[in-house]
Amino acid sequence: MSDHKTMTLTLIVWRQKNANDPGKFETYTAKNITEHHSFLEMLDCVNEDLIYAGKDPIVFDHDCREGICGMCSQVINGAPHGGQDRTTVCQLHMRKFKDGDTIYIEPWRARAFPIIRDLIVDRSALDKIIQAGGYTSCHTGGVADGNAILIPKPVADEAMDAAECVGCGACVAGCPNGAAMLFTGAKVSQLALLPQGKAEAAERVKSMTNAMIECGFGNCTNHYECMAACPKGINVKFIARMNREFLKAQFA
Amino acid sequence: MQFTSSSIGRKILMAITGQAMVLFAVVHLLGNSSIFGWLNGGINAYAEHLHSLPLPIIIGFRLALLAMVSVHIWFGIQLTIENRGGRPQQYAVKSTQKATFASENMIWTGSLLGLFLAYHLAHFTFQVISPDTAALKHLVPLHNEMVPNVLGMVVGGFKNFFVSLIYTGAMVALFLHLSHGIQSFFQTMGWSTDKSQPILVKLGTLVALGFFLGYVAIPLTIFAGILKG
Repeated sequence: MSDHKTMTLTLIVWRQKNANDPGKFETYTAKNITEHHSFLEMLDCVNEDLIYAGKDPIVFDHDCREGICGMCSQVINGAPHGGQDRTTVCQLHMRKFKDGDTIYIEPWRARAFPIIRDLIVDRSALDKIIQAGGYTSCHTGGVADGNAILIPKPVADEAMDAAECVGCGACVAGCPNGAAMLFTGAKVSQLALLPQGKAEAAERVKSMTNAMIECGFGNCTNHYECMAACPKGINVKFIARMNREFLKAQFA
Repeated sequence: MQFTSSSIGRKILMAITGQAMVLFAVVHLLGNSSIFGWLNGGINAYAEHLHSLPLPIIIGFRLALLAMVSVHIWFGIQLTIENRGGRPQQYAVKSTQKATFASENMIWTGSLLGLFLAYHLAHFTFQVISPDTAALKHLVPLHNEMVPNVLGMVVGGFKNFFVSLIYTGAMVALFLHLSHGIQSFFQTMGWSTDKSQPILVKLGTLVALGFFLGYVAIPLTIFAGILKG
């Protein structure tokens, strides 16, 4: 590091003890931050100061810290994952900010995602959608030959594009209606595209979209904010595909 | 779960009823444009032609339109209330990247259009807003027949600044509503792909602009004194 310039930032962070606590914003100063810090490392520094001062550190979700898992659920200045294209919070670096910046940090906000503490929300509603039909129930038996079921490359590629969804919930956090359509659209599509998933496609799309409503998510009104928020770049074409699957399922 | 209580089912009903009204708006605009004289006898001849259609067709058409409007309003309000509940606590900082003023205010532009529709029907269909120019009471000769003077009623109405203003304002609401609504139809029906979707957004806005220009041309040309009765 040849450049020793550091930044001082003002953080306005949502603090909430549990789901029943009303919660409020607290202001913190992040000192000695370099442009090489990731956003989470910056928060680690702030938390270290808080712990030394005998205060509760800011609680946030994180796991792989290499941009894969999407656990780092934070809305930074109004943008889920900080608004950098196809980037999770852990891969957002402080070089994107300037000395003296004020940064708002909030949890995913949606009725279906109750806040557990500070920036951690309960995303198990997404698991409930998966449990409603995000699987195939065929007997798998032994390991099949690689090319026993032929799948054209473009179809396999598109299914893989849908399967890139890591289920982080940024789409819900970004959606003005708190809808989980991009998530559900991706999960419905990845299976509906492939021969193994086609058998149960009609039943799947109906039960997964029902689960979506039962979990308290809003409805899609085609704002496309989800696509902008998605760190994996899932396209809204998968919502269109799910709508198509849903229509088809009415006649199945 | 019933189609009419499911998330996508209601979305599809909104799309189909909305698109049906867009198709009506096309026919209505083409009919209105007869005021510019491309039809022999102008808008009076067009109106007379419509009213001489068999009664069951007229009533059926009106009932179908009423059904479209009702379903669209009913689910529009229901879904908006549900969707507002999807995020009980708003973010302190709002940053939108893809959503537009039009997409976020569909309920308000829709409400304005609903109010306008009531006014428009009272003005030109039931003719109670300005009875002194009401077409049904003022017959004029056309092809050896006495027909209601629709041209006189329209021109009489739009010479008034506030009437022209109401119509122009309503068409701004129509532009905003359709700039989101038209492309939304294709997405909701599942007819858009990653390649066509951005094009449909642009085309939808362009078509909405076409509706706006086409519809405001009538009050503007009348108010400016270019089109006379």
